[in-house]
Amino acid sequence: MIVFAIYIAIFVVSFVVVKFVVHKTVTDYTSLKTVTFGDESAVTPNRIASVISVLSIFLLWGAFTGSSYVPGFLHAPGPFIGDAAFTYTAEAEGQAPDDATVTVRVFEVGTDVDDPEVAPGEGWAKNDVDTVGAWRSGLIRVDRNDEFGRDEGHTVVAVNGEAIAPGQSVQTEFGRVGMSPKGTLNFEPAKGWQMEPIWLPPPEAVLARLGEIASEGYRDSTLWEHLGYSLFRVIVGFFFGALVGIPLGYAMGLSNWFRGWFDPIVEFMRPVPPLALIPLVIIWAGIGEVGKIILLFLAALWIMAIAARAGVSGVAIAKVHAAYSLGASKFQIMRHVIVPNSLPEIFTGARVAMGVCWGTVVAAELVAAEKGAGMMIMVASKFQLTDIVIMGIILIGVIGFGIDILMRMAEKALVPWKGRV
Amino acid sequence: MSGLSIDNLSMRFDLPNGTSVQALKDVSLKLAEGELMSVLGPSGCGKTTLLNIVAGFLAPTEGQITLNGHLVKGPDAERGMVFQQGALFEWMDVRDNVSFGPRMAGKRERDWGQHVDHLLDVVGLRDFKEKAVYELSGGMQQRVALARCLANDPDVILMDEPLGALDALTREKMQGLVLKLWKETGKTIILITHSVEEALLLGERLLVMAPRPGRIHREYRLPFADMGVNADLREVKKHPDFGEKREEILGMIWDMEEEIMGRAEESA
Ligand SMILES: Nc1ncnc2c1ncn2[C@@H]1O[C@H](COP(=O)(O)OP(=O)(O)OP(=O)(O)O)[C@@H](O)[C@H]1O
Ligand SMILES: [Mg+2]
Repeated sequence: MIVFAIYIAIFVVSFVVVKFVVHKTVTDYTSLKTVTFGDESAVTPNRIASVISVLSIFLLWGAFTGSSYVPGFLHAPGPFIGDAAFTYTAEAEGQAPDDATVTVRVFEVGTDVDDPEVAPGEGWAKNDVDTVGAWRSGLIRVDRNDEFGRDEGHTVVAVNGEAIAPGQSVQTEFGRVGMSPKGTLNFEPAKGWQMEPIWLPPPEAVLARLGEIASEGYRDSTLWEHLGYSLFRVIVGFFFGALVGIPLGYAMGLSNWFRGWFDPIVEFMRPVPPLALIPLVIIWAGIGEVGKIILLFLAALWIMAIAARAGVSGVAIAKVHAAYSLGASKFQIMRHVIVPNSLPEIFTGARVAMGVCWGTVVAAELVAAEKGAGMMIMVASKFQLTDIVIMGIILIGVIGFGIDILMRMAEKALVPWKGRV
Repeated sequence: MSGLSIDNLSMRFDLPNGTSVQALKDVSLKLAEGELMSVLGPSGCGKTTLLNIVAGFLAPTEGQITLNGHLVKGPDAERGMVFQQGALFEWMDVRDNVSFGPRMAGKRERDWGQHVDHLLDVVGLRDFKEKAVYELSGGMQQRVALARCLANDPDVILMDEPLGALDALTREKMQGLVLKLWKETGKTIILITHSVEEALLLGERLLVMAPRPGRIHREYRLPFADMGVNADLREVKKHPDFGEKREEILGMIWDMEEEIMGRAEESA
């Protein structure tokens, strides 16, 4: 919640700053254009906003994980580390209540610690020591070293002077002291606002893990093998999907018989998410490469068929008529009019299909695989290796984005007339 | 037997709901070689249908078309077509569009190169040969369409509102160009238009059609196209006969439109 509020605050503040300070001098007519709602060309992404947006995500990530990349004063309050102390008041049969101090050394998980040194103190209740890891909690048997134990009716009745009973708790400046049903104290050091590395590791941990896996690999394969396998499956599956889907779409766009024959199949398969086919494909083809490629083939096939069909049916009849009256044969019209005219639609379909394939391959690898980006993060998650999981997600996103950029560049180069007719 | 002959043409469209539309009924006319006929008529009177049948895109329910003595059976390079817009091939540059016909006929560049470049000169697009057609203005695109049609050297040119999508000024210039090309090439031309002025200016003959069923309402022979070949079109428009004819035909079409509207209101 706090993170979200801060993010919104950054959004508003940077908007105001950029709008009124940086761009104050720029006044042109484009600002009036945005009045014409629906004119999409009037709204172009503000690059400054994009940069700030991405930077603030990393800033928040760093601040709430205590990253060393983010200056200390920007850090969200971290968990309490150091020696915490509180007093307890104990009673025992036939004894006056006595106070003693508990000193707890809170340490960063993963480092070595010794018990703090403390004098036993006066009275029959003796001072206690213990250690607890940050973000963890620990039971503290304060009665163990006292002169009268539980056999003599030892009970803790107050912490820091505040009364406590089983099930209740007392808030101290170092954290929460609770009491179990049996009367044992339970110390939970203050957690602060930062995330525990096991939930969200800081950016440098992810980066370090990236370096480690890039050089040493993970689960018998290098990082590039994992990513390469995923990409290879996508490309092969998409290639065969397009190879079959495009001619199928053309046939459906040109022949009543093909249209009638395949319409029910295509219309039925289109709304079936490829993920739903994973179990069947595993049953039929196993978890090897063949199964994955069949799955991606099926994911791309219908999209490409529908795109090609739309491309063919979308040809302006005037173009076909013009070609006919210029003396073109049916084959020439196919080759010089129908096919080029359908390219923009096919490219749109290809972009969609590539995105779907990439998503599907990761999901399929999550389910079962020996190599691949999805397998890498799935296995890592079983061992609570959150840094690998996050690294994997970022890499998957970057690659998916890269695929789309490449497709867009190809589209610009090959069908420059798209959207301009 | 040279020229275009349209005999007793009827066209009925059967609609999916069981009714049918009589788009043309008993249309007959003859066009000598080199004649330019403009066609006027209220919307929906079957002008486009008539042109599509002549082009061979539609088969008439009755009647036939003969061109230079042989029966028209389908689209053919001998009958070129210029559309209102959207019929250029965006994936080809201007020159490839214009040379489409000869290329499809399997001719080599040395056979058509000069002719195509000459046509591009005539329509004033010499410097735009390598441009993509979607980068051109509407008027330039129509000039490409005209050149593309002429490059194929058809016997008859069919134009369906070729200047309909242009602004008034460009349109006037293009009217001059059409007249010039007509005189230079001596082609037989049928030109559909919604503009009475355009029909009077360009049409050696003028056909006024009436709707429901689509038929020939009246035919005129006009002197203005010949005048326009040698004079400024603006001067021609000032001719007293021109104004008179314009009023007469405007009134005629106006009455027909009124009648259609009246009928539509009755049935509503
Ligand atoms: N493919 C078709 N199917 C059914 N009806 C059609 C078809 N084509 C044309 N019609 C009908 O035939 C009639 C004549 O249409 P046509 O397009 O020839 O008119 P038009 O004179 O060219 O009109 P406009 O001036 O608006 O272009 C209209 O009533 C139209 O609805
Ligand atoms: Mg029409």
